[in-house]
Amino acid sequence: MSSQFSKEKYAIVLDDVKKTFDEKEFVLKGINLKIPRGSLTAIIGFSGTGKSVVLKHMLGLYKPTSGSVTVLGTDLSTLSSDNLTMFRCNYGVLFQSAALFDDMTVLENVCFPLEEHRRNLTKDQVLQIAQEKLRMVDLDPKHFHKLPSQISGGMQKRTGLARALALDPEILLYDEPTTGLDPILTEMVDDLILQTHRARPGTTSIMVSHDLNAAFRIADFIVMLDAGRVLLAGTADDFYKTDIELVRKFVDKGIKH
Amino acid sequence: MSQQKSGFIQSIANAMDYVAYSVLNGFLNFVHEVGSFCLFGFQSFRLLFTKPYRYGEIIKHMEFIGNQSVGIIALTSAFTGLALSFQIYLGFKTLNATDLVGPLVALAISRELGPVLTGLIVAARAGGAMAARLGTMRVNEQLDALDVMGVNTKQYLIGPRIIAAIFCMPLLTALFDFMAMVGSWFLCTKLVGLDHAVFMSKIKDAVQIHHIIEGLAKSAIFGIFFAVICTYKGYNTTGGAKGVGEATNRGVVISMVSIIIIDYFLMNIIRIFYVFTGISQ
Repeated sequence: MSSQFSKEKYAIVLDDVKKTFDEKEFVLKGINLKIPRGSLTAIIGFSGTGKSVVLKHMLGLYKPTSGSVTVLGTDLSTLSSDNLTMFRCNYGVLFQSAALFDDMTVLENVCFPLEEHRRNLTKDQVLQIAQEKLRMVDLDPKHFHKLPSQISGGMQKRTGLARALALDPEILLYDEPTTGLDPILTEMVDDLILQTHRARPGTTSIMVSHDLNAAFRIADFIVMLDAGRVLLAGTADDFYKTDIELVRKFVDKGIKH
Repeated sequence: MSQQKSGFIQSIANAMDYVAYSVLNGFLNFVHEVGSFCLFGFQSFRLLFTKPYRYGEIIKHMEFIGNQSVGIIALTSAFTGLALSFQIYLGFKTLNATDLVGPLVALAISRELGPVLTGLIVAARAGGAMAARLGTMRVNEQLDALDVMGVNTKQYLIGPRIIAAIFCMPLLTALFDFMAMVGSWFLCTKLVGLDHAVFMSKIKDAVQIHHIIEGLAKSAIFGIFFAVICTYKGYNTTGGAKGVGEATNRGVVISMVSIIIIDYFLMNIIRIFYVFTGISQ
């Protein structure tokens, strides 16, 4: 599937996406967005502006009320439920809470997607790949056989990222990866995202965050949402130079000089 | 005066509108919920027959629903048999019909109390755990993680639990029936001094194999209901830890009430079946 769409310039295209949950108020009021293939894009904005809803549309977890979401050249609305499930193998997602399976060890968590989708691999091969992914995110092997509850928040994020990388996805999504972490851990996770992105050329990474520092430091492309609309999309320079008052306010308050 | 009268009529009309709206809305919500519930159960069941097959998950849940319920079922059933037998013994003693205690207890246990009480106990123990587990997975984003990993959550998490409940419930009911009769036998022959041979022969005369099968079949249906209700509530949990608590509570309560209501309808269906097939009731 990946080679079929390799010519596409944009990994994800949202075309006039509108979303309402109660048929009264629109959470998304016409999002137009093109995420360049191979870029590291940050989606930022105040709380409640629809960042996570946009992310869930990209994943096909939500269907737009109107408009379309095209991922790697495929309009998600044309996929049946079963095909959409299979299509999601193109994604790797690091959740805010890491979302590790609490009844599995660290290693089993990373083995799980491989066991589900790479059934031609032997058990030893699965273990080898999982260990390689865990080493890639700098997790000490002494933690491999621990349960998620027995390791720290930072290690859980690393494990979550290793699991997201297990199937070598074309698109990596990070849903508020640093929310609730201390500044040192935040920087570590940001570096990990950047390092992972650089180590995998061609992979499109999308980070949803309200951490402006991280967005400006690591992202190639930044999208700011406000009240269900794209307020500004561009590079960090575009954000510094803009005259849009709300963006200026957000940048001035959010950036630690 | 007439203005006052028309105002009064208007307020009554408004109140009636409100009542009619509330009733209709409640009914529509109920229909929607039942429809979603049926669709959820059907989809989960259908997906079990698509690849990859989840034998390992089915065995794991059978161990949880079945094996881990053995102790509690054995204990409660033995004491149910003891208590029921003693009450019936006291009543029949006044009629000088104590020989009938055994058959009456056997029929009541195998046809009604066995499946119903097993259903209630397992719904509370395993059903509650299912709802809580799935609810926690939902609020901790683990279900979303499975979805985005390309794993069909209904096939992986729901279907195996339903199948496990269908297989385990008749086995647990058989255990309940057996242990309740052991309790009844102990009370009748060892505590109140009824004759062992009479106790056994009267049971053999009264209880037919279809009475036992009837109870086991009912228990399998109770298994479908509590498994689908509890997984449905857990799967659709919203709102953090409070939501998990509410989902678990609702799942267990609705399952228990449903088992008792469904039992009545199943009893009538089985009666009609006996009439049509000519099997003695």
